[in-house]
Amino acid sequence: MRQGQGAAIAPRDAAITVRGLRKAFGGQPVYSGFDLDVRRGDILAIFGPNGCGKSTFINMAAGLLPADGGTILYHGREVRDVRIGYVFQNYREALFPWLRAADNIRYPLKRLGLPRLEIERRLERLKAGFRVRFDLQRYPYELSGGQQQLVSVMRALAVEPEVLFLDEPFSALDYETTLDLRTLLQDVLKRLGVTTLLVSHDLEESIALADRLLMLTRRPTTVADDVAVELPWPRTSATLSEEGFVTLKRRCLAVFEAAVAGRA
Amino acid sequence: MRALLTPLAGAAGFVALWWLATWLRVADPVLLPSPAETWRDTARALQDGPLWHDLWKTVWRTVQAFVIASAIGVPLGLALGARERAYRAVEFVVDFFRSTPASALFPLFLILFGVGEGTKVAVAAFGAALVILFNAAYGVINARRTRVLAARVMGAGEARILWDVLLWEALPQILVGMRAGISLALVIVVVAEMFIGSTDGLGQRVIVAQSLFESGLMYGVIFLAGALGYLLNLLFLVAEKRLVHWGGK
Ligand SMILES: Nc1ncnc2c1ncn2[C@@H]1O[C@H](COP(=O)(O)OP(=O)(O)OP(=O)(O)O)[C@@H](O)[C@H]1O
Ligand SMILES: [Mg+2]
Repeated sequence: MRQGQGAAIAPRDAAITVRGLRKAFGGQPVYSGFDLDVRRGDILAIFGPNGCGKSTFINMAAGLLPADGGTILYHGREVRDVRIGYVFQNYREALFPWLRAADNIRYPLKRLGLPRLEIERRLERLKAGFRVRFDLQRYPYELSGGQQQLVSVMRALAVEPEVLFLDEPFSALDYETTLDLRTLLQDVLKRLGVTTLLVSHDLEESIALADRLLMLTRRPTTVADDVAVELPWPRTSATLSEEGFVTLKRRCLAVFEAAVAGRA
Repeated sequence: MRALLTPLAGAAGFVALWWLATWLRVADPVLLPSPAETWRDTARALQDGPLWHDLWKTVWRTVQAFVIASAIGVPLGLALGARERAYRAVEFVVDFFRSTPASALFPLFLILFGVGEGTKVAVAAFGAALVILFNAAYGVINARRTRVLAARVMGAGEARILWDVLLWEALPQILVGMRAGISLALVIVVVAEMFIGSTDGLGQRVIVAQSLFESGLMYGVIFLAGALGYLLNLLFLVAEKRLVHWGGK
């Protein structure tokens, strides 16, 4: 397995260290000895075909699914000792519909046992950071899909996570909403320097949002390519048509066709 | 307005048909009195007879049975549903007794509780509790997995998840169970009032009226019992709408 940037990351800069990760479902291996290092503050996009194990990986990383073997460490700590945020693909099933949007965002802060004043302060800061103009006193089902997913993102970031997990956060949204949310998200993530694992089905989105792009193959899953995305921030819709972006996308597509789609 | 008019028209049609049947003497007037006669007899029984007391007794027994059933069925159902393996273990027993006609259990409960107030409430509570338990457990088992995971990621422990997520996820189903439970409790209470040494209650009144050929009163009590069941059902439907405001959205 290639280890593009991984080897170059000094241990104290590595936010996430994965070693010898193994996972199988019903005897069918998804991962058999997977290694990865993620640099602190990086946004790592994970791109791969259906069923290659993207969700499986970030669920193991987030402690939602036990691994069969190997380790995933955050500065040497287990995931349960790390503050994390997780944005699910299906916002309809991830938000609590019995709570107002604002209370959804307050929920993880209450679990942390923060005092009320601090909770309200963070809520205000998130509202400003994400330029929220809709009424957070409404219930999730009264909001549009984009607004609901924005609430999910705010809920995940409310705890000021060290690591943020995003599993196809935009796949249920229309293009315009996706672009909006992407812009807001990159602003906030880059300002706060949150280490982020982003699973995406969309090559353009992966490149536009990432510092680094990991392209996975079909099962048994290996890394097809590990691409550094050195485009300047902030990335706007204009970025999508710039030379550097287009070249990178073409290269990734070639890798995808060769290794991922298995047509080579 | 329209929503109210249509059922009212249906009810008026029913009374008109009934009236027509008595006018045409389809049946012996002793067996089928006219709507007016039924109304008169029932109103009189309500005014200076024991009917209010009977109605109150039936309501009170039903409510007692329902409260006991909920107090047992909801927590037990939630706890069992949260551990699906545990629920699978008792599922057969629950299903079996849920399917057993409660009236077949009267003799058993008579042995256990004796001839008295307790028996009627106990049988009804038993029947309703199983229905409520079953629904609460299924509400938890069918809870959206993603919400549970979301709560776990946000640092909620198992007890927290039960309280903050599973209870809410199961709430619509719990209310459905409660609605079915209170209806069943009413059915069992009325039957128990007929057959388990009673001196009052709608079940007792209807069987006494029948044996004394007071058919006007008999029909009146039947309608009263029907109205009671209908109102209880309606009450829970409204409660479901208000409590589960996110339902179906
Ligand atoms: N609980 C499970 N039991 C059995 N097999 C599973 C389970 N979860 C995942 N798998 C299998 O593991 C593989 C990886 O699943 P995973 O959900 O991680 O894929 P993915 O890359 O996220 O796919 P998608 O792009 O469709 O979201 C799939 O082949 C899937 O069928
Ligand atoms: Mg997936």
